Amino acid sequence: MSSFLSLRDVWVEYGDKIVLERVNLEIDEGAFVSIIGPSGAGKSSLLRVVLGQDAPSRGRIELDGMPLEPQCDSNRGVVFQRYSVFPHMTVLENTLFGLECAQAPFTARLFGAARRAAVAEAKDMLHAVGLGDNGSLYPAQMSGGMQQRLALAQALVKRPRILLLDEPFGALDPGIRSDMHRLITDLWNAYSLTVIMVTHDIGEAFSLGNRVLTLDKLRHDPHAPNRYGASVVYDLPLTRKDPPRGAAELPAARSTRKGKNNSITIDKIDNT
Amino acid sequence: MQDRGRSVVRWVDRRIGRTNGLLMGAVPILLLVLLYLFFAAERHAINPADKILPLPGAMVDAMRALVLERDPLSGRYLFWADTLASLQRLGLGLAISTASALLVGLVLGLLPPVRATFGMLVTGIAVIPPIALLPILFIAFGLGETAKVALIVIGIAPFMIRDIAAHTAELPREQIVKAQTLGASTWQLMLRVVLPQAMPRLFQAVRLALGPAWVFLISAEAIAADIGLGYRIFLVRRYLAMDVILPYVAWIAILAALTDILLAWSSRRLFGWAHRSAA
Ligand SMILES: Nc1ncnc2c1ncn2[C@@H]1O[C@H](COP(=O)(O)OP(=O)(O)OP(=O)(O)O)[C@@H](O)[C@H]1O
Ligand SMILES: [Mg+2]
Repeated sequence: MSSFLSLRDVWVEYGDKIVLERVNLEIDEGAFVSIIGPSGAGKSSLLRVVLGQDAPSRGRIELDGMPLEPQCDSNRGVVFQRYSVFPHMTVLENTLFGLECAQAPFTARLFGAARRAAVAEAKDMLHAVGLGDNGSLYPAQMSGGMQQRLALAQALVKRPRILLLDEPFGALDPGIRSDMHRLITDLWNAYSLTVIMVTHDIGEAFSLGNRVLTLDKLRHDPHAPNRYGASVVYDLPLTRKDPPRGAAELPAARSTRKGKNNSITIDKIDNT
Repeated sequence: MQDRGRSVVRWVDRRIGRTNGLLMGAVPILLLVLLYLFFAAERHAINPADKILPLPGAMVDAMRALVLERDPLSGRYLFWADTLASLQRLGLGLAISTASALLVGLVLGLLPPVRATFGMLVTGIAVIPPIALLPILFIAFGLGETAKVALIVIGIAPFMIRDIAAHTAELPREQIVKAQTLGASTWQLMLRVVLPQAMPRLFQAVRLALGPAWVFLISAEAIAADIGLGYRIFLVRRYLAMDVILPYVAWIAILAALTDILLAWSSRRLFGWAHRSAA
């Protein structure tokens, strides 16, 4: 029997530096897994092998029982801390891009009725992340929070099976960050997502996730720091949180800030 | 120091308006012109037949024959024929260089196997002084137009290619990965993500290449040509005809400056997203 996403004895090594060793993980569909750990522990490396950007040096990764190719594809969506959106495309174009790639292999552009349908889909997605009225802006004209909303919309419009987030809110102000927390929780519920999120913010890890993993080195050789890699040292299921069922189930404690869609006005770039 | 309200704005923080910018830019040019006139007048006071620093009147007289009158031998308006010939060579050289910079640069920057295979070659060609290849070009292509255009291409294409390749390779890895997770193939990635982001840089590279391109054009024309701005300058040099050389040099400067302004303007018009970040 195998779970939704499973890592079996995964090792990640760069040259003779062992970053991760013996990582075994079973992740259920619909889980929201937070990953924390000291800087350099290999959190991003773990995310990269799940994403397919890097191949593990040993071990197997399976999605639904099928081995995952070490290649990025639209099964797995991603949002990085920065550079996740395309600066030369407007908000709408950024969101359309994934749909255009799937439907127009040669031109990567849609026309006529196909484009209208895609635009409608992209606009729905933009509304869901609170960017409904900003379709014609370029990323440079938006705040960091709006750019991360866009990065989410861009990824989610492809309906990925797993959403990977690498410190997605790390560069945001605390106020904006809590808006984003509410947004990601809403999206997790509304789209029944499976989320793996790396974060440095322990509060964020526990308030958002329904499972928290801690990566760290189990053994340490002071004379050869590269000798041992990190592994999962704590694996805490947070049972008070149910897997997604519907948006109504949101724990109220997390929504500390007032009404919806108020973040957009706060943080307009002032163009001097 | 403390009264920040009316303190003097630091030089780095000063903003210059459009009109002021034009005025301020004109000042040093005017000063240079005045300086020239001063020395020219001084020399003419000593020797009225001086040819080294001609007065404006002499330049106008000399140029009138070239601009407004047909050359009795060839039946052409020499100034315009020179300009047309030079611009054709320059335009062709720039067009070929730009196209190859885009094609080769993108592929080299984006695809590691290609970079591993051809990167060294391009770098190697880029460090050869192009003028040293001029004899080879004349031998290979003859003294016609091909050799001159080829010199321009060899002179500027390698560094344009390297610039576009380096810029492409510097694209954040995150963007490439993101595009792949959105289902983009390498071709789609190239077409929609890499190429559009290289375009502003390409315009920038062409602007920077304009200077060297003129150098190579004039050099080639000086050595083997029967028409062209560079040819004319080197021809009349034998008669110390500064009254033709100086206006020709000024005309070249104007042509180069206009091209540069046109490119900068089109880049801002076409790629607004790339010029907005300074907000
Ligand atoms: N491409 C690479 N080549 C060599 N070493 C690498 C490479 N990528 C990561 N490493 C090393 O692997 C270790 C883990 O890096 P990783 O980025 O996964 O850490 P992290 O837990 O995400 O850290 P942070 O919290 O600072 O983001 C680091 O010591 C890093 O130097
Ligand atoms: Mg990291």
